[in-house]
Amino acid sequence: MQPGQNKRVKMPERPAQERIKDFNEVALGLSEKDAISEAKRCIQCKNPKCVSNCPVEINIPAFIKLIAESDFKGANKKIRGKNSLPAVCGRVCPQEDQCEKTCILGIKGEPIAIGSLERFAAEYPPSETPVPIKLVGPKVAIIGSGPAGLTCAGDLALKGYQVKIFESLHTAGGVLKYGIPEFRLPKSIVDNEIEYVKSLGVELITDFLAGKTATIEELFKENFKAIFIGAGAGLPNSLGIPGENFQGVYSANEFLFRVNMMKAYKFPEYLTPVITGKKVVVFGAGNVAMDSARCALRLGADKVIIAYRRSRKEMPARAEEIIRAEEEGVEFLLLTAPVEIIPDDAGRVKQVELLKMELGEPDSSGRRRPKALPGSEFKLDCDLAICAIGNSPNPLIPKSTADLKIEKWGGVIVADNKETSIKGVFAGGDIVRGAATVISAMGDGKIAARSIDEMLSKK
Amino acid sequence: MGFKILRKEQLASNIHFIEVDAPRIAKAAKPGQFVVLRINENGERIPLTIADKNIKNGTIEIIFQEAGASTTILSKLKAGDSILNILGPLGEPSHIENIGSVVVIGGGVGIAEIFPAIKEYKAKGNKVTAIIGARNKQLLLTEEKIKNMADELLIATDDGSYGRKGFVTDILKEMIEDKKEINLVYAVGPVPMMEAVSNVTKAAKIKTMVSLNTLMLDATGMCGVCRITVGGQIKFACVDGPEFDAHLVDFKELKTRLSTYRDKEKEAIDHICSLDKIKE
Repeated sequence: MQPGQNKRVKMPERPAQERIKDFNEVALGLSEKDAISEAKRCIQCKNPKCVSNCPVEINIPAFIKLIAESDFKGANKKIRGKNSLPAVCGRVCPQEDQCEKTCILGIKGEPIAIGSLERFAAEYPPSETPVPIKLVGPKVAIIGSGPAGLTCAGDLALKGYQVKIFESLHTAGGVLKYGIPEFRLPKSIVDNEIEYVKSLGVELITDFLAGKTATIEELFKENFKAIFIGAGAGLPNSLGIPGENFQGVYSANEFLFRVNMMKAYKFPEYLTPVITGKKVVVFGAGNVAMDSARCALRLGADKVIIAYRRSRKEMPARAEEIIRAEEEGVEFLLLTAPVEIIPDDAGRVKQVELLKMELGEPDSSGRRRPKALPGSEFKLDCDLAICAIGNSPNPLIPKSTADLKIEKWGGVIVADNKETSIKGVFAGGDIVRGAATVISAMGDGKIAARSIDEMLSKK
Repeated sequence: MGFKILRKEQLASNIHFIEVDAPRIAKAAKPGQFVVLRINENGERIPLTIADKNIKNGTIEIIFQEAGASTTILSKLKAGDSILNILGPLGEPSHIENIGSVVVIGGGVGIAEIFPAIKEYKAKGNKVTAIIGARNKQLLLTEEKIKNMADELLIATDDGSYGRKGFVTDILKEMIEDKKEINLVYAVGPVPMMEAVSNVTKAAKIKTMVSLNTLMLDATGMCGVCRITVGGQIKFACVDGPEFDAHLVDFKELKTRLSTYRDKEKEAIDHICSLDKIKE
């Protein structure tokens, strides 16, 4: 391939009929040949627009050049200098809205497949086994081991701080583990990334719920000089319709937590059960809704319907995830909102009543507001209903930390440098933004690490 | 790795006591709080109430009944074994202040969970009457401990093998009929018992708190499996509870939600039994 060539490489995928039978990864990654060929398409802009649209500032042309030269380990090292989680970002970043969106080649043809190349480079870690480093700098506590926390921890460890991550669940990774399914992000890959961060000298404590096991104030008494809160947006929004508490009505969090985190798809070998519906309705149309629908299919559903109150254009999920869901047989019921969950005699969901909508004037988000069409109610049989209509910031830490200022909707308020209303306490990721992206959380972790370093090196 | 079991005792045919090394939890735990534990890599996350704690030794005590696959596996662990994960203390602590005369009721394995509350009510200067009830004498757990802490202990057994024959609610009703001063009732036990207590005190207009044993998963406010309607609003037992005003709790909904996985529980127990057979 020549620099500037229009046609980009496509990553091979397993066929839909095969992949819905298991939880193994759907996208298969680029071959060496395809990766080199795609990398050679890059025109190596002097003023690369892709980099300015990357929240963690990866030197994209540089790592692509190394791939083109077949120096895959070099490419890996180049990315790792800025991004501790390339194998994750290569898979789940919305590149089409970030680096690839501003790629110059995208104007006339197709942008470079930066995400696919990042994923490719992530397969080639440096050959020298990292020696655990004895860190001697001031102690920093990181709350939560999701993308924000892991990034902040990694960056601070590289600067010599003694970093301890406190994770409430039994394993690290946060939303990368409990939220995103195996077929989109294999858990062994997340574990590899976590091992990398640990190899930098970061200590990981699981089973520690900040605000309960110990408060922020108590952590300062344990001689931590700065604290970063990356506790995520774990609180599921509810529909607010009658019947939501009947059996067989899940929040997407609960459904995905059972399936991804507890491996309920291997029940009873793994002891956590999950309801496996034959007719499944998922409310919402973001990535979490797509993930839920596709998990339900893999658990043996005959029919999975995504009901969404706006039109296809407004669906917040990544385009490639919508396409994959569709290929696998997920059906979309657009301009439709739930009204009521109807149970059988045993209190188990039997039907859901829905209502047709039309789009009106744009709302504060710029999307056209859905309006109900009176009299258009209809019922749909289902034995599993999953609500994937968003999450709010986890309120546990604000509740137990008197001086921590939050927005009305629950988000922790931070300055540009990510410092909160409490001196020495920083925050980032979904607990600040509400449910957003992995990469924006990582960007926040990075800025917070820089601010913590500035604060502590001044002393 | 994990949390070491330092002491284990069998209290009744299917009820067990464990004391576990968990210094951080012991330090932070308050009455009414619980932990979520996962025994091993394949395990579920299950909630269990903290029955007592010892800050000096850095331990917590848990009393549990073999009810499903996980508690059956837990019952087979011995002193020296470890539990892979324990998270806690979880939930809002009991809101305990001086209000006068308090009746604390424990039913079944719930008896083992009322001691921390009794101790705290006493510490705040209340007069505490404890009522405990179970199917038979063998199931009256921690009776001595409660007797030594409460001002008065009243006992009911279903079969009349000890104390009076009948239910804890029979004793409570008599106290109300006798116009005994009761400012608050606090009840822990099986759902039908808590509901029965609630019905009695609702009629008598006595404020009543119950500790709900909902299903749980992460137990940090994330999944909502523990959600329950209280006074018309959805609450999460893991972070808003586990204690709620009994007169506002939708017990019917609670029972429905608790029975969600009944068939799966049987399947899980069969699975672990078959594994045991293979081992033998």
